[in-house]
Amino acid sequence: MPSLKDLKNRIESVKSTRKITKAMQMVAAAKLRRAQDAAEMARPYAEKMETVMSGLARSVGASESAPRLLSGTGKDDVHLLVVMTAERGLCGGFNSTIVRKARQRIDSLRAAGKTIKILTVGKKGREQLKRDHADLFVGHVDLSEVKRIGYANAAEIAANLLDRFDAGEFDVATIYYNRFQSVISQIPTEQQVIPASFDDAEDGAEETGTLYDYEPSEEAVLEDLLPRGVATQIFTALLENAASEQGARMSAMDNATRNAGEMIENLTIQYNRSRQAVITNELIEIISGAEAL
Amino acid sequence: MAEMMQFDLVSPERRLASVEASEVRIPGADGDMTAMADHAPTITTLRPGVLSVTHASGTDEYIVLGGFADISGTAVTVLAERALPKGELDRETHESLVEEFRAAHEKAKDTFQNEPGPVDDAAKLLSDMVALGDHINA
Repeated sequence: MPSLKDLKNRIESVKSTRKITKAMQMVAAAKLRRAQDAAEMARPYAEKMETVMSGLARSVGASESAPRLLSGTGKDDVHLLVVMTAERGLCGGFNSTIVRKARQRIDSLRAAGKTIKILTVGKKGREQLKRDHADLFVGHVDLSEVKRIGYANAAEIAANLLDRFDAGEFDVATIYYNRFQSVISQIPTEQQVIPASFDDAEDGAEETGTLYDYEPSEEAVLEDLLPRGVATQIFTALLENAASEQGARMSAMDNATRNAGEMIENLTIQYNRSRQAVITNELIEIISGAEAL
Repeated sequence: MAEMMQFDLVSPERRLASVEASEVRIPGADGDMTAMADHAPTITTLRPGVLSVTHASGTDEYIVLGGFADISGTAVTVLAERALPKGELDRETHESLVEEFRAAHEKAKDTFQNEPGPVDDAAKLLSDMVALGDHINA
């Protein structure tokens, strides 16, 4: 049975924990709004890019001269996994779900006898993957200094990928990130970026209607667009990830705040009970003392 | 009154403009072109340059870097990797951009020693960028 003083101390400490989680929740909520706005702003660009590229890819894709970014190297022996996670923890299962998804992929690729390379974005993913797969690491991108994710960050990562691709370091690149669904649900997603792949079924019907002139030429336009497409996809992923991270943190902190509240309630009841017990005890002692006289 | 068409200028980070325009001058990779309503559907890549939009209440000018324009009979959509209103371009920004393209040019020279193609492309981008300096409002 803890003493009254102990109980009081515990209640105080849980109260201050609740204050912190509450503050973190509110900060996350504000950041989430900003992250969602940013993702919203980026959407028209990404969507347009996707439509034009998939249209182009359909018409050029079949030909022999298709760029390597589209047709691939003709092999799929070396896989590069780009795992994007948060720089900070305390956001529920956010980081672990991405890492788990990547791990499953690593295991299945390994079983198929492929070579795997890992590039991480964000500190948390690196920490988790380093434990088991330190030998597969080829690089890490640190975004801890970045306050607001800009297109420049994505372009840098894309340039990094493209350089490696040009140097023949891998055949297939896949990115891992959490897609933002709602505050309580983020979907771990894998997406192949090199060679480019498109969902054909989605908007095929409406696009075939117009025949475009291409300047300078279809191939040149496509060649110009593909690297930008990679950067755009990474940018979208980074933004989705940022929104998901804040969403996950918000709900995690909300839970923590609620738990702290419950704990305080229980502790307070316990505290009051023992206080009452002490008083009763004292009374009994006084009364029995008086009776003895 | 000239016929109007929908004009959108988007960069990855934000939508810069969305207006009804009568005329859009685009710095295409193969030369400037002006799009008006009922233009033949065209997709062109951009070179660094000034894009100007004429709409009901005047003319707006933007600096665009890299990307492409999608022109159809009723709408012009410009996707620029980087874009900013012309007024926001100052000497400093311009110099850092020129520096960036110069570095890219040097890199291309190193990487593709016997292939003139990419090096020439980079050189062209650099000179376009330098030429943009003339448009800075003093």
